[in-house]
Amino acid sequence: MQGLAYFTSASGNTGRFIDRLGLPAFRLGAGADPSVLRARPFVLVCPSYSDGEGRGAVPKPVIRALNDPAIRAQLLGVIGAGNRNFGPLFGHAGRVIAEKCNVPLLYRFELAGTETDLARVRGGLAQFRRA
Amino acid sequence: MKDMAPATALRAVNWNRLEDEKDLEVWNRLTSNFWLPEKVPLSNDVPSWATLRAEERELTIRVFTGLTLLDTVQNTVGAPALMADAVTPHEEAVLSNIAFMEAVHARSYSSIFSTLCSTEEVDAAFRWSEENPHLQKKAALVLDAYRAGDPLQKKAASVFLESFLFYSGFYLPMWWSSRAKLTNTADLIRLIIRDEAVHGYYIGYKFQQGLAQVSAAERARIKDFAFSLIFDLYEVETRYTAELYDGPGLTGDVRHFLHYNANKALMNLGYEPLFPAEAAEVNPAILSALSPGSENHDFFSGSGSSYVIGRAVATEDEDWDF
Ligand SMILES: Cc1cc2nc3c(=O)[nH]c(=O)nc-3n(C[C@H](O)[C@H](O)[C@H](O)COP(=O)(O)O)c2cc1C
Ligand SMILES: [Fe+2]
Ligand SMILES: [Fe+2]
Repeated sequence: MQGLAYFTSASGNTGRFIDRLGLPAFRLGAGADPSVLRARPFVLVCPSYSDGEGRGAVPKPVIRALNDPAIRAQLLGVIGAGNRNFGPLFGHAGRVIAEKCNVPLLYRFELAGTETDLARVRGGLAQFRRA
Repeated sequence: MKDMAPATALRAVNWNRLEDEKDLEVWNRLTSNFWLPEKVPLSNDVPSWATLRAEERELTIRVFTGLTLLDTVQNTVGAPALMADAVTPHEEAVLSNIAFMEAVHARSYSSIFSTLCSTEEVDAAFRWSEENPHLQKKAALVLDAYRAGDPLQKKAASVFLESFLFYSGFYLPMWWSSRAKLTNTADLIRLIIRDEAVHGYYIGYKFQQGLAQVSAAERARIKDFAFSLIFDLYEVETRYTAELYDGPGLTGDVRHFLHYNANKALMNLGYEPLFPAEAAEVNPAILSALSPGSENHDFFSGSGSSYVIGRAVATEDEDWDF
């Protein structure tokens, strides 16, 4: 079974999404050593924090973890979080990670996600598990 | 006259000593978002404006005067009221940026008017905005909270104005844009929407920080206040929406958009959504008008256009060293 990792900042939206998802997940950037992610394949959930041009969308702790080739090798795909009101940059961090690491952008959701988002992510992850 | 030291020393804002990292993060995003209406070639919409029927033009101008009113409230009352409650000097500076941008927003609707409309049409719509009971009522509900509320209540009211009340208006330019009308005006509105997203995020974040400092009983009281306020606002919004959009038959569509945005406003405050998923499902044409060019093949929902994710994007290469 694949694992789940995520980043959330002090505003906590992505953290609330993960809580409601109810699956065990590793939180990046909260002090714990990300090298545990080398152990098995995982999906990453990441909010976007870009400047107006799309630079800097991926939070630093996420970049630091993905700079480790052994962690990167286990990344199955990414789910981008954000807010559609950022226009063309909606969920931009997901797209940047997908491109950089050559993995699929699996899904995008806004803020802390809706019931529909939770159902789709649960369903999608379960399908992954069977594949 | 002798210089007298004030009772408490005045503090100069030092951006190299942050108490809250979010202040700088949001300051940076807001300053890099800075824009003026002159940047958008609104006059390219003149031919498109000429294709609208008289009642469509009237609706559009009315919607924009309604938005002007809300931005005026934020500029002159809302943001200054929040400044008085700032807990860090940097927060105060961020709020002063927000206050100024509200003036830019309010001003930019007049740029649209002077480019596209006749003076008589615009004067009539401003009169309408002063006389419309629903518009006046929603502004009054928020102003009450700004004048009589405590710091957390003021923040909740501000997030509701910026993340919820604007959207009955923002709907229309997004709808026009989805039909390839007034597309430059839509570009300008998207700049406003992006600013409001950061405002709602930041004030919602400060709300959550403040809430964490108070007792459980106080938290419950604030939550009751917030949900009852959004309920009152929602009631007025549905009437305002019907009055504007019954004519073109768009009221149902706009209501879904209202539900969706009410849920997002509550999420900015850290609360759970109020409206069920089906009621908050937005017309996909409006969603793609909000974030044009961000379509992706979406593996988990099996929907979305199958764009390859291959477009070159700006990335911070010095950080990614593989
Ligand atoms: C400075 C700043 C920049 C942001 N940039 C984007 C962006 O480019 N695209 C996007 O979709 N969301 C953007 N957002 C919205 C956040 O990604 C969104 O609020 C998310 O839910 C935050 O997650 P968190 O609370 O778990 O940290 C931005 C927010 C801030 C404060
Ligand atoms: Fe505004
Ligand atoms: Fe605002």
